[in-house]
Amino acid sequence: MASKLTLSNRTGWTFALPGFALIVTFIVLPFFFAIALSLTNQRLLSPNATQFVGLENYRQLLGLGVVTLEPERDDAGNVVRNEAGEIQYPRLREITRSEAYPQYRGMREWFRWQSGENVMVVIASDVVFMKALVNTFLFVLVVAPVQGGLALMLALLINQKLRGINIFRTIYFMPVVVSIVVVSLLWRFIYDGQNGLLNSILQGLTFGLFQPVDWLGNPSTALPAVMAMSIWQAVGFHMVIWLAGLQMISPTLYEAAAIEGASKWQTFRYVTWPGLRNTAVLVLVVITMQGFALFAQIDVMTNGGPLDSTQTLVFQAVERGYGKQDISGGSTISVILFAIVLAISLTQRWLTRER
Amino acid sequence: MAFNPDNYGLRLFVRYLVLCLIALIFIFPLVFMINSSFKPDSQLLADTSSLRAFLPVGDISLNNYFGAFRRAPVGLFVLNSVLVTGATVLLSLLICSMAAFSFAFLRWKGRDVVLSIVIATLIIPFETIAIPLLLLVSKLPWIGLDGLHWGWLNTYRVQIIPWIADGLTIFLFVQYFKGLPGELIEASRVEGASWWQVYYRVVMPLSGPVLATAAILKFLVMYNQYLWPLIVVQQENYRPVMVGLGYFFQLNVAWGEVMAYLTLITVPVLIFYLFLQRAFIASIASTGVKG
Repeated sequence: MASKLTLSNRTGWTFALPGFALIVTFIVLPFFFAIALSLTNQRLLSPNATQFVGLENYRQLLGLGVVTLEPERDDAGNVVRNEAGEIQYPRLREITRSEAYPQYRGMREWFRWQSGENVMVVIASDVVFMKALVNTFLFVLVVAPVQGGLALMLALLINQKLRGINIFRTIYFMPVVVSIVVVSLLWRFIYDGQNGLLNSILQGLTFGLFQPVDWLGNPSTALPAVMAMSIWQAVGFHMVIWLAGLQMISPTLYEAAAIEGASKWQTFRYVTWPGLRNTAVLVLVVITMQGFALFAQIDVMTNGGPLDSTQTLVFQAVERGYGKQDISGGSTISVILFAIVLAISLTQRWLTRER
Repeated sequence: MAFNPDNYGLRLFVRYLVLCLIALIFIFPLVFMINSSFKPDSQLLADTSSLRAFLPVGDISLNNYFGAFRRAPVGLFVLNSVLVTGATVLLSLLICSMAAFSFAFLRWKGRDVVLSIVIATLIIPFETIAIPLLLLVSKLPWIGLDGLHWGWLNTYRVQIIPWIADGLTIFLFVQYFKGLPGELIEASRVEGASWWQVYYRVVMPLSGPVLATAAILKFLVMYNQYLWPLIVVQQENYRPVMVGLGYFFQLNVAWGEVMAYLTLITVPVLIFYLFLQRAFIASIASTGVKG
């Protein structure tokens, strides 16, 4: 043990330095760069000097407001209606372009709802970013439980002692080794509106009653379609992680449960599930991180459309940072994304901590 | 409960049926891809409305493969990917295992701080640093045979060097090294071996499993790279396979050729996976054990 206790500063640093230097240069430095750049107007190639702009980029992205539109009234104070009997409202731009409301300048309508006679309008500085933010959250909120749950069911299925079970494990895992780019392109055929495989299958199953849907071309089905494909692609990955967790549970616990006469559900509830606690945290954290990083599927399948219904944070960061060479805008989205990922993984760890 | 052979047989049958149906769900897009790669465009598109989509029937030929090679420099893209992937995997194994060796066996000033920085990078998704990293690599210097250059865009190095070291690989090595018998290292030190000799004569020969795990994980990440080469490589000379796909979507899309290209870049990986499936699955599972 003697040499273990001796300091070997030079050798220690020599072994660790190449790896550490690379990590600092290509991960840590860009990370702090992102924060610094988000406070400037940096562009990839620009003749103008970079300026410090404070929180302007964040304001540009996150600016939100709610305005109430009251019905237009005639001189007698009655609500003006058009020929179809619909209440007439002043145009939104009378507010967003008005000198009287400098805080709403340049904002655009995100969505609106009726409240009595009035209409409430949510306006945002950057409607596309807001849609990307909401879509990304929706994606994670749906994919995390569904993918995690299906992966656990597959793991329980694969954990049976059956002849040839490894063949099935190998097949279920197969999409994981295929590039997401390849998979996304193949699924464009499955989702195609005219003679896509999914429409063909659904029509076959319903004897032609099913009306073909253009899954990726319709704003209400595009994001769910991307979700379904993403779940399909990576469910095998999480199945393997669950399997590793299942195999760590001591067989004696199952024997004890069997002696006690526990039902299948009771065995799962009181033996299997408590044993999978750490695995569950890990699976959730990994799916969440992967979900927030959603990019390739969007780039290959929808380009953010139709009508921005599949915009995501990373897609927007890349579109601005690379496509429009707006490094500071892209970096700002990246920082917001990181803050969200960090907050969520800390919350997940805290909620599922050992008590 | 009495043993009922008929019932048992039926239940076994149902189990296998369920397993097979699920297997179909996972395998059908790949079957479609491979079969379509042999069909002319008109038949490929018509077949998607029936089960023929999954069968090698009709006008089967290798024409799409020839077409794909005519349309795009497929060989070049494959070569680029193999080069970038191979170089990154090898360098990563060397550099990450060295760092982990230092963290696991050596005592030095600053070790714990450095290790915690490395581990902390695990929570930074690559996608959140891609854009600032793009700016950074566009300005980095490089000394080549022909002197000093500025900017790494459109090179092999920009696809290799940032991906060599990462927290997960180092972490996997550290975990593995900590499980090795410490007496062995002590014994070789007592016999006068230098730390370098301990590293490559004692520790590395014992590290087969973790080397395989790290290599497979890095291979999957590198071969399937998309976002990074998309933004740092504009010239086809350095394009890897996944970005090269864009070539098939200029002007009129020939779907048969797309399928042939997809098959070409996917099937070798699948074969590799089928041969080493235990190692592939073990490597993914080992990322989960950190919990």
